[in-house]
Amino acid sequence: MFILITGLLLGGTYALIALGLNLQYGVARIMNLANGEMLVAGGFAAFWLYTAGQVNPVAALIVIAPVAFVANWLIYRFMLQPLVKRAKSRGALEVDSILATFGMSFAFVGIMTWAFGGGYFNYAFLAQPLEMFGSSYAQNRVVAFVLAVVIGGALWLWLTYSRVGLNLRAVAVNPASASLVGVDVRRASALAFALGGAVTATGGALVSMFFTLDASVGVLFTMKALIIIIMGGVGDIRGTIVAAVILGIAETAVARLIDPGLTLAAAYLLFLLVLLFRPAGLFGKARG
Amino acid sequence: MSGTDWRNLAISAALLGLAALLPVYGSPYWLTMGTTMAMFVVLATSWALFSGPTHYISLATAAFFGIGTFVTGLGFQSLPFWVLPPLAAIIGAGLAALVGLVTLRLSGVYFVIFTLGLAEMVRQVVTWVQNQTGHRGMYVLTSITEREIYWMLVGLGALVFLAGWLIGRSRLGFALRIIGNDETVAKHAGIDTALAKVALFMVPGAVAAATGAILAPRYIYIEPATAFAPLLSFQVVIMALLGGTGRLWGPIAGVIPFSLLWEAITRQAPNQTLLLLGIAFLVIVYLLPGGFVGLWDRLRRRFGGHS
Repeated sequence: MFILITGLLLGGTYALIALGLNLQYGVARIMNLANGEMLVAGGFAAFWLYTAGQVNPVAALIVIAPVAFVANWLIYRFMLQPLVKRAKSRGALEVDSILATFGMSFAFVGIMTWAFGGGYFNYAFLAQPLEMFGSSYAQNRVVAFVLAVVIGGALWLWLTYSRVGLNLRAVAVNPASASLVGVDVRRASALAFALGGAVTATGGALVSMFFTLDASVGVLFTMKALIIIIMGGVGDIRGTIVAAVILGIAETAVARLIDPGLTLAAAYLLFLLVLLFRPAGLFGKARG
Repeated sequence: MSGTDWRNLAISAALLGLAALLPVYGSPYWLTMGTTMAMFVVLATSWALFSGPTHYISLATAAFFGIGTFVTGLGFQSLPFWVLPPLAAIIGAGLAALVGLVTLRLSGVYFVIFTLGLAEMVRQVVTWVQNQTGHRGMYVLTSITEREIYWMLVGLGALVFLAGWLIGRSRLGFALRIIGNDETVAKHAGIDTALAKVALFMVPGAVAAATGAILAPRYIYIEPATAFAPLLSFQVVIMALLGGTGRLWGPIAGVIPFSLLWEAITRQAPNQTLLLLGIAFLVIVYLLPGGFVGLWDRLRRRFGGHS
């Protein structure tokens, strides 16, 4: 029971992070490997606001999310759109965007190490225990989970019922057809990329409440988000959430029962099973 | 073999001889640099053999390399040293085949993601096994000198070039170029694309593992965190792409300037190496797609040369 609930709490935060990446990959077609660095940047911002300005991390989201949105919009507009224009095929864009975002990822790590030093950072926010179902859980984990659910739910409603959300989903299905029915694909892609970045940075701020981060930890989160997306299926919100919860529970179980140093190995085992048996995602249909 | 082939062979043999004689005329400092460069030439050239024609970016080098160092670390006391690199190569090829069978049937993104975390995953498992059995790191104390390591690497490099030249002329190399240009066409032409890709992916896997086995005595003390450092994979990718993967000699053109730059940066500002790596990636994507080889070909075309 303890493992299930801790895993669920962790999985909720993972789901939010993976949703951000899924928007960027599913709609804007950019495999953003600098996603984890955006997460760490969000965490850094929350840490800095909390220790220097005594700002509550939950309130800090009001600042962090818009800043991340603008930053990611600029990145897409000036760094990635030239690649989209240059690419002759989807495969060529994939290779270019992977290399470019790797470059950004390393550059961000370099800049963050330079600005904040290479040490670990964490802060104590709501570190008191909370009694539930006969075991105690850290309050900050519960708060992070609730916020992740609220933000993820709002995002889902917006994508499903709003006009702009419909545009984004149309681009996700087929950019060429979307532009035929009057969707501005370039604007929709830029919006999706910026929004995805904002969601990821928000996830980073939530993670920083209970995780110790350092400048170079981003790639680990990128890895997990990627595994979740592949497990859940590209562009599939429901699949992403289920996959994130599965990963959260699997990691917690391995960390508690076998060894905390094996969490990535656990994620890899799941990844392997998905690749072997359901390469199109948990709910995906096999394509010819 | 045509006249150009003989000419290229003669040039290669002369350059190889020049490289092999480095310990004779170079200072100890240059021998150390030369060993590092030879290591990267071997790794980057074998990387480009697979990733050049297929455009699949492999980040598994560190995993294979680490496994190679552990083969030496575990086996150098019971087996003669000359057995270890070939043994590591067999293990590396086997692992590459497994990874390839799982991921290369699918699109390139899956392969990149899987190889990205592979080194870290193997490191976690090795660390866990070591914790279970109670010993952490290993000492590799041998009588092998840096000079011998260098010569072994040069020999391995010659083998890699020979293999690359042979693959380029073979049916497999031809099939891979078709796959890289258009996989659908390749399938319709009757090529078993997955099998061809897996077969070729085994080459860098074997070579990287053998390189790790050769270099293990240089590190003296081996532990998982250093043996499986993921940075190595990225350095290899950068050097190969900087040089260009379109020609067999391309990666060398990237290894030499980048190793010198890397060495200078680590000495002057050790904290900025990651920033350098990031900028190098961006420069390649935005300014030098195709690397120095691509630049060279464009210049030759512009200034009236025939290629």
